[in-house]
Amino acid sequence: MSVEIKNLSHTYSEGSPFEFKALKDINLTIEDGSFIGIIGHTGSGKSTLIQHLNGLLTPTSGTVLVDGKDIFETKKTELIQLRHQIGLVFQYPEHQLFEETVQKDVAFGPRNQGLTEDEIDQRVRQSIKMVGLDFDAIKDKSPFELSGGQMRRVAIAGVLAMEPAVLILDEPTAGLDPRGREEILAQIKSLHRQKQITVILVSHSMEDIGKMVDKILVMNEGEVVFYDTPNRVFTEISTLERIGLAVPEVTYLMRRLKDKYPEIREDIFTVEAAKKEILKVIRG
Amino acid sequence: MIMDSKKRMIDVQDVYFKYPHNNENESVVALDGVSLHIEKGEFVGIIGHNGSGKSTLSKLLNAIIFPTQGDVIVSGLNTKDHESLWTIRQTAGMVFQNPDNQLVATIVEEDVAFGPENLGVPPQEIRERVDRALAVVEMQAYAHQKPHQLSGGQKQRIAIAGILAMEPECIIFDEPTAMLDPSGRREVMETIKRLNRDKEMTVIHITHFMEEIVDADRIIVLDKGKVVMEGEPRTIFKQVKRLKEIGLDVPQMTELAYELRSAGLEIADDVLSIEEMVDVLCQ
Ligand SMILES: Nc1ncnc2c1ncn2[C@@H]1O[C@H](COP(=O)(O)OP(=O)(O)O)[C@@H](O)[C@H]1O
Ligand SMILES: Nc1ncnc2c1ncn2[C@@H]1O[C@H](COP(=O)(O)OP(=O)(O)O)[C@@H](O)[C@H]1O
Ligand SMILES: [Mg+2]
Ligand SMILES: [Mg+2]
Repeated sequence: MSVEIKNLSHTYSEGSPFEFKALKDINLTIEDGSFIGIIGHTGSGKSTLIQHLNGLLTPTSGTVLVDGKDIFETKKTELIQLRHQIGLVFQYPEHQLFEETVQKDVAFGPRNQGLTEDEIDQRVRQSIKMVGLDFDAIKDKSPFELSGGQMRRVAIAGVLAMEPAVLILDEPTAGLDPRGREEILAQIKSLHRQKQITVILVSHSMEDIGKMVDKILVMNEGEVVFYDTPNRVFTEISTLERIGLAVPEVTYLMRRLKDKYPEIREDIFTVEAAKKEILKVIRG
Repeated sequence: MIMDSKKRMIDVQDVYFKYPHNNENESVVALDGVSLHIEKGEFVGIIGHNGSGKSTLSKLLNAIIFPTQGDVIVSGLNTKDHESLWTIRQTAGMVFQNPDNQLVATIVEEDVAFGPENLGVPPQEIRERVDRALAVVEMQAYAHQKPHQLSGGQKQRIAIAGILAMEPECIIFDEPTAMLDPSGRREVMETIKRLNRDKEMTVIHITHFMEEIVDADRIIVLDKGKVVMEGEPRTIFKQVKRLKEIGLDVPQMTELAYELRSAGLEIADDVLSIEEMVDVLCQ
């Protein structure tokens, strides 16, 4: 599914003394099957933007087209259908778990889609497996007795169970330990590959974003600063720093190594790529 | 580090801690024979996977909970002695993960005054303490603002000021940067390091971001309720394989050095920073 954002603006509490322009005339297209990363400091408008993509927030002006269809022009029933196609995993999604058991919680979405019990059961099993949890071991547990990383995964499974064509995740690894972070990211990556769904990942980790995405959307003060490949975005170090962001440490390192090795590439943002490039220039 | 008992801030002696029951009504041994010590003025990093016992340990140091077995001594006082409770809580302050759950008042300076007011400090002195604390975290300009208007990093600095106003000797930070964006994290880390360096505050910093503790005096690694490694950052982080086995990370430069060595390049295995890596590769 492709998503086209057209002249999108959003103002909170318009007309009141607390009026706040959170999005200012955003224009961009997210291609079908692509993997997009969104970065920007807290308050830059990331969450506001993604909540427009499934119609949770209504634009102050402008609109969003999903597969060419204006989601704010469609009838209400159609919009609800569309919402099921666009799965949004909120920041700290474990706060939204509420059923008595993991199985019931994950079944909540598909049940609302009006599927049969068999279909629901199928979906629940599949999606719990997809997030790397053992269905039989976990299905009857209360979501609240799980570890932080497990709760996070159950919440993601709940969204996957609706089989969305676009999966949006708002800082899915925030607060997790290094292994939890790595596991969740690996699962998102393999989902994207296997199901060829469009993935939009909001993250504060430049390292993670650099490793995974086709394109990075950089936001600042409700505006798009860059929307381009990691290669191009990560060479804009001074602009990124000015808006409170930074590039991965290896990218800084490559720049520093230029004095001694003028031929060294600067568009490096993973340890793996840095290793290759350093070995290349040192060994000639 | 000198092992002078007068310099000892914290002594944890063979401590076990058991939660009587979790949601499944099983008891949980969160700390399983932990011994460690923190000297005055030290900056100690604590790392460990989720559930390894870090928060349990920090609550024991702050006398919020008490050992099932063993002793926790803070500045010479045993947390088991009830008369010492308030002194201990004032000596060892704590800053938590979520900036939104820690601020209680509707105005920044009232929030910072909350701790000393509870301690019964006279008003004139409270005023001085609040001003000093806000200056240390560089938030004087925000004294009259509402906490909810601040960024996450600023809220954490106010939480730190609130602790400073109680004039502790030691502050325990339990993942204070986990919910912040990169610039918020930087602000908070600069504040913590400054407290340790310029104010000689003893700092215990729990984190999942390894870069934050590369210049700590010491790192303690917890795994399943036990201390499994302890030493200077350089000696800890160069054990890349072992750390990864227990679900932890190393700083990006350390990982790169490790990868380069695995590929046959003869370079040091204890590189921690970009600066050191540049030196190593350009010598
Ligand atoms: N419900 C709301 N009412 C008023 N202002 C809001 C609301 N939600 C968010 N904002 C403001 O809009 C801006 C963008 O917020 P958000 O989209 O959550 O940013 P991000 O996800 O990048 O941190 C922030 O300044 C925030 O304070
Ligand atoms: N209030 C509690 N009741 C029961 N078990 C708990 C409680 N708090 C923590 N635990 C358990 O104790 C262990 C250590 O937890 P904690 O100290 O919070 O670890 P960390 O801070 O390293 O993530 C975990 O197994 C956790 O589930
Ligand atoms: Mg957000
Ligand atoms: Mg903890």
